[in-house]
Amino acid sequence: MITLNAEGLDHKALNEALRRAEGPCRLTGCLGQRFIGAGMSHKEILIDGIPGNALGAYLNGARITVNGNAQDAVGDTMNAGRIVVRGSIGDAAGYAMRGGEIFIKGNAGYRAGIHMKAYRDKVPLMVIGGTAGSFLGEYQAGGVIVVLGLDAGQKGLMGFFPCTGMHGGKLFLRSRCEDIRFPGQVTVRPAKSADLEELHRYVSEYCQLFSRDVGRVMDAPFTVVTPDTKNPYKQMYVAN
Amino acid sequence: MKLEGQVRIPSGCAIAAVISRDKNRMSGETVIKAMVPMHDRSNGLGGGFAGYGIYPEYRDFYALHLFFDERATRKSCEAFLKERFEIVKSEIIPTWKLPSITGEPIIWRYFVDPLKSVLASRQLDEAEFVARTVMEINTGMKGAYVFSSGKDMGTFKAVGFPEDVGAFYRLEEYEGYCWTAHGRYPTNTPGWWGGAHPFSLLDWSVVHNGEISSYDANRRFIEMFGYQCSLQTDTEVITYIMDYLLRVQGLTLEEAAAVVSAPFWSTIENMADPEERRRHAYLRTLFPSLLITGPFSIVLGFSGGLMALNDRLKLRSMVIGEKGDRVFIGSEEAAIRAMEPEAENIWAPAGGEPVIIKVREAQENEH
Repeated sequence: MITLNAEGLDHKALNEALRRAEGPCRLTGCLGQRFIGAGMSHKEILIDGIPGNALGAYLNGARITVNGNAQDAVGDTMNAGRIVVRGSIGDAAGYAMRGGEIFIKGNAGYRAGIHMKAYRDKVPLMVIGGTAGSFLGEYQAGGVIVVLGLDAGQKGLMGFFPCTGMHGGKLFLRSRCEDIRFPGQVTVRPAKSADLEELHRYVSEYCQLFSRDVGRVMDAPFTVVTPDTKNPYKQMYVAN
Repeated sequence: MKLEGQVRIPSGCAIAAVISRDKNRMSGETVIKAMVPMHDRSNGLGGGFAGYGIYPEYRDFYALHLFFDERATRKSCEAFLKERFEIVKSEIIPTWKLPSITGEPIIWRYFVDPLKSVLASRQLDEAEFVARTVMEINTGMKGAYVFSSGKDMGTFKAVGFPEDVGAFYRLEEYEGYCWTAHGRYPTNTPGWWGGAHPFSLLDWSVVHNGEISSYDANRRFIEMFGYQCSLQTDTEVITYIMDYLLRVQGLTLEEAAAVVSAPFWSTIENMADPEERRRHAYLRTLFPSLLITGPFSIVLGFSGGLMALNDRLKLRSMVIGEKGDRVFIGSEEAAIRAMEPEAENIWAPAGGEPVIIKVREAQENEH
């Protein structure tokens, strides 16, 4: 694995060094450089330090692992690939993501999965091990978001106003969600066996990445949230 | 001319702050470091800092920092000040000549004590008198602008990138127990020295990332109470709102936060504690015109502490960390790590959730 020292490099120089390097790379001394790995297809990147905003924006197949926290807008408009964060993540994770996977060991900030979308075989996945901030899945149009609430303690599974404007995709929440207020245009129901089968795949992956026991994580009530119809905003703005 | 879409505007402003709860003093270099990894959040049209505890030898005097356009303005402003204050010291604020900072005005500071006879004849307390004098100079005296007016604190600001502004004002030579910093990306105004952040009045200083949409509603309300918004920038109005709520109305910091970043009525209705529900409903009803809408993350500095606050929708980022007796605030975690690589307990407050840090002696005085 090639080691690149990010100290003193701006985002442009850093991404150029990454593109030039052949094979997997380890970035050390990272401190706030934005757009790391943006648009990259065939790379494996391991990051020590704090990557800046828009980590893995437009990612197109590359695999990024962060050994710590990440900032805002991770995986912005990501198309394919995988981002693994071994800490917590800032606001607007997976912003308009349309493919690939994001696994977060800890908590996510506000607006996780805002405007995620899906098309045919492109179904993005975001698994949040801890809790999520307010506006989880805001304007979600497709894809899957899982919130496990592990080690949440007294903290609630999420903040206020989840699924505002959601009109596609699916949420799996590891809770009965009795104290969470959802908007009118979504259906909230306990997970069925087919849901649990699907969920098992995501949770297994999470547990393998972060050394958790799948059985224990799955041994809890799960709630599924989906929008009411394929087009809950039909004729709200235009006749469509 | 470049049109929309031809120019990429990569970001908004940057804010950072650090405070020692034990009042250990640190040089301005600490907070300047925070601005380096956030360089791209500013565009070189404004940077500034506020330091608390930096003038211990003059701690009983108001430290007025002023910009002047020319010598004659300074002379007439000094004559004006002498009618109202005893000036115990006046001097040029020391700066370095830097190629990155140009077009500087004349920059002076005055340590002053309001004349007792003037206070008595006006029937005003000291703070109110100083605040009114600042308003009078900033709106009535062309070419003069007071950009700092607190005790044992000072604001330093300029057009330029924040790291350069810090070097320009030689902040490594000052020591304070608390510092705030700002890198500016002006959205509505051309970017003038006075328009850089922090905005301050008396001991209050505000650094702000965002763009509030309630500016005019807030301005119209606050101008009824003698404040005059002279710069058309939203941060100025936030500073006056804080002065009005905290000093004039005597609200606590938590209450002021609940006014400007009030929860939604639906959230208030669902609050479990009836006392809390009543308190929030009361504050929203009493000060509806001081609700600040639109994106903001601010750090309010005051004598003995800091308050960090986001808009209720949290449309801007804010991260908190700590190490030992020091607490760090930044628009990004990278800023905190630049000040203290080993910072612990990193967390992001929710929208509308005030984070208040006071030095220990200020806490003890309250009990």
